[in-house]
Amino acid sequence: MSGWLQPRDRDPVGRTDRPIRITVDGEPVTGIAGQSVAGILLAAGRTSWRTTRSGAPRGVFCGIGACFDCLLTVNDVPDVRACRRPAADGDEVRTQSREETA
Amino acid sequence: MNVVIVGAGPAGLAAAEHALRAGAQVTVLDQAETPGGQYHRMLPEAYAAKRPDRIQHGRAEFDRRRRVLAHPRCRWWPGSTVWAFDRAEKRVHILRGPSDGSGRRRLTLVPDALILATGAHDRTLPFPGWELPGVYTAGAAQALAKGERVAIGGRVLVAGAGPFLLPVAESLLGVGAEVVAVLEANPVSTVRKGWSSRPWRLAAHAGKAGELARYAATLARHRVPYLTGRAVVEARGADRVREVVTAQVRADWSVVPGTERPYEVDAVCVGHGFSPQPELAVAAGCVLDDGFVRVDAAQRTTVDGVFAAGEITGIGGAVTAAAEGAVAGRVAAGGKPGPALIRARDRARAFAGRLAAAHPIGTAWRSWLRDDTIVCRCEETTYGELTRAAEDDSRPGAHALKLGTRAGLGPCQGRICGPTVSELCGGAERHHRPIAQPIRLGELAARTEGEPE
Ligand SMILES: Cc1cc2nc3c(=O)[nH]c(=O)nc-3n(C[C@H](O)[C@H](O)[C@H](O)COP(=O)(O)OP(=O)(O)OC[C@H]3O[C@@H](n4cnc5c(N)ncnc54)[C@H](O)[C@@H]3O)c2cc1C
Ligand code: FES
Repeated sequence: MSGWLQPRDRDPVGRTDRPIRITVDGEPVTGIAGQSVAGILLAAGRTSWRTTRSGAPRGVFCGIGACFDCLLTVNDVPDVRACRRPAADGDEVRTQSREETA
Repeated sequence: MNVVIVGAGPAGLAAAEHALRAGAQVTVLDQAETPGGQYHRMLPEAYAAKRPDRIQHGRAEFDRRRRVLAHPRCRWWPGSTVWAFDRAEKRVHILRGPSDGSGRRRLTLVPDALILATGAHDRTLPFPGWELPGVYTAGAAQALAKGERVAIGGRVLVAGAGPFLLPVAESLLGVGAEVVAVLEANPVSTVRKGWSSRPWRLAAHAGKAGELARYAATLARHRVPYLTGRAVVEARGADRVREVVTAQVRADWSVVPGTERPYEVDAVCVGHGFSPQPELAVAAGCVLDDGFVRVDAAQRTTVDGVFAAGEITGIGGAVTAAAEGAVAGRVAAGGKPGPALIRARDRARAFAGRLAAAHPIGTAWRSWLRDDTIVCRCEETTYGELTRAAEDDSRPGAHALKLGTRAGLGPCQGRICGPTVSELCGGAERHHRPIAQPIRLGELAARTEGEPE
């Protein structure tokens, strides 16, 4: 089983969830306001969204902006670290390969 | 005095508090949207959480600490990345706006004193398959679970070295993941020797002892085994991790043959301690020792007017970071730290020393590596390529090694593989990153705004 967002009714912190919608390579994906782009993708069951020079898949590794494994394109701006970028309603996210940006 | 503090973690917040007490004008910057750093990780404001204290221990203390940001002599700039430091002009270059966005605001500040409190990130040693999706650092699992309430998977194995693995397991359980086991690579004899060689010193960290007891109780309640002397030595799967292999390791972390055991998992998180984030200190020209920023008894770096505190100077946990920040804040503001502050700092550092002794990295970890194991994740340089390059007499020196193998030249600029490559190939780690954080060409060309006020 891949990742998820802990359901609100089972989360002791008492969240107030405000749903937001982004698209990933054109496909709609929902999350909640405040989540990072990486958090939304992981909770949607994806573990990778970038390919390296050799074509290997990558997603989150360090989670705090140090490793640059989680790069993707947000609203046509490439090389955004998904783990550090709070998602905004309507964001258009595209997965990317190393060649595109080199 | 005008003091700029980079980083609003335990070190930066304590520095702000004490610089303000000494009468300075203070600006605190952090690239994150919320203060707290890695330890006091806050939930996003948009979650409007009513009971954040349920997952954030020491919340009351943190609320007190962060109130300094509202002090009339303090400016708090969240979402502000310091991307460079101009040594000659002592000018701090800042980008304000969404992470890695285009068209962020460019600002600069020229402080009388600069305090660097930029913290650390996980150090994860390579092993075959560690580049597979689904293999995370322990900190990533923690950031996602505690920071956004996201579980990285259903069945998760937590492994590595150090007491940090325990809060990670707790947070994973808190978002509904099953933690298969927590593996500490060091044998129980090493851990015990480090923790209790001078038990009276632990009294100064009674809070820590209570915290450890709480983790132990949580693991027991969820029937999560805590095993010492065992390590993750391989991750397997085609497109993502499906299985990890663990093995019993000796005190030097060499594998005991025949003890390998596979676990089916959705995710694995591995952390072998932390590496400092000294990019800005490097840009400022500060001398480093083994990657950590060198400081004197007053938290001064080797560069006039530049101070450092917290995990960029040594790994010791949040209490140590705050104690160092307090001293740095006082001195940077032109004050004199009282003996109580100095004593608290020295005691905390002694604790950090014990931590390091209890959870060392075994020297034989490289025996896990195979010829085709990736060492530099960005450039996919393998262990075989590195060892062959290091043995090749026609390209001696770390610089040539890098150009020959491209290790450390990818997007992360050697943040992840740097310490590993220098350990595997000999020679000091080369820190040479004039740009501490990425900036886009368009932003670079844009005019800089001066002091906004
Ligand atoms: C991912 C992760 C999770 C952790 N979780 C825990 C935990 O749950 N429990 C525990 O006991 N310990 C935890 N630790 C250990 C923790 O780092 C330390 O105990 C403590 O937070 C160190 O305090 P600090 O002030 O030195 O640094 P940090 O708390 O790391 O604070 C540094 C701050 O500097 C900011 N910063 C860095 N570079 C820049 C820049 N160029 N521009 C602007 N801002 C910048 C960062 O955004 C960060 O907020 C964690 C460590 C990591 C890496
Ligand atoms: S996961 Fe490492 S930079 Fe985002």
